[in-house]
Amino acid sequence: MGEMTLEQVTENYYDVLKELGNIGAGNAMTALAQMLQCKVDMKVPQVRLLDFASVGEMMGGEEQIMLGVFLGVEGDITGSMMFMVEEESARHLIRKITMGMLPEGSEFEEMGLSAMKEVGNIITGAYLNSLSMMTNLKIFPTPPALTIDMAGAILSVPAIQFGIFGDKILLIQSQFYDDVELDGYFILIPDLESYARILTALGLPVV
Amino acid sequence: MSEIIKVGMADLKTCVSPNGVTTLGLGSCVGIAIRDPVTKIGGLAHVMLPDSTAIRNGNLTVAKFADTGIVELVLQMEKLGAKRSRMVAKIAGGATMFSFEGKSTAMGQVGQRNVEATKAKLKELRIPILAEDTGANYGRTVIFYPETGEFHIRAVGKSESVI
Repeated sequence: MGEMTLEQVTENYYDVLKELGNIGAGNAMTALAQMLQCKVDMKVPQVRLLDFASVGEMMGGEEQIMLGVFLGVEGDITGSMMFMVEEESARHLIRKITMGMLPEGSEFEEMGLSAMKEVGNIITGAYLNSLSMMTNLKIFPTPPALTIDMAGAILSVPAIQFGIFGDKILLIQSQFYDDVELDGYFILIPDLESYARILTALGLPVV
Repeated sequence: MSEIIKVGMADLKTCVSPNGVTTLGLGSCVGIAIRDPVTKIGGLAHVMLPDSTAIRNGNLTVAKFADTGIVELVLQMEKLGAKRSRMVAKIAGGATMFSFEGKSTAMGQVGQRNVEATKAKLKELRIPILAEDTGANYGRTVIFYPETGEFHIRAVGKSESVI
């Protein structure tokens, strides 16, 4: 698949990517529910190929404050992965995990952040795990890094990776809710070669 | 009434005083503000990557790269009547958004490489850099006013600064 662009990959294999996103996000939510020991429901994830400019807008504006967890992916495929949630949703998750030890409206404490890192670890790990199971490829996450900042600034990191081979970004939006509704975003950023490897592993013809 | 023109990621815009230009949430990308103080023509580019020549399959979004983006911005300003010999620049951004414990990956250095490429290109074009707010590990929103040359910078949890 020498010179295939991300646009072509997505056009031709949209359903497959959507399904991968769906299953991955589903597994991630199951892992989250187990961690929170409560029921977490989710809507069918939306898989979208967006212009750089539209991604920030979709998340409520480039200045929307969000929490981002970013990690590298190694093994049979290479690249990176990101999970983003709105600051308020992140607070909600942290309150649940720390059993309310983070008071409403308070700053993220060291403990809250490390708890959130763990959530990010579990969510992205479950996501990658399901991808690994489906494709039978070895996929290892590297330890995650975390930041709280403007959506645009966080997105610059995956956007730059996508920018190397195109002008669009592939985003999986999954809405999940326990007692409140949360919007989480997954961005899987494989190298183009890794896309080919994923598709081949699924038995799809890669031209 | 003055207007603030928005510049997206991998995008550039020119403006004439009293209007201004802004870009929101710069991360590892670099915002390059250029101004001709006589005509008060200005512009802002939001570049993502250092070098267009390192890209394999001929990518044509000029504003995406520091090298081609700056040249294009200067050309567009010249078309409006700005003089290159008078142009001055201010830059911001190029942060490292995620620190990977102990590891310095190629990913982590892209912000820094963007800043270096930006400086090299401006030097080549003989446009002096009057001020910069680059590096560190946080995002920045910038607003540039060609009337005064003021470059306003906002970051989460910090008070607004003007360079």
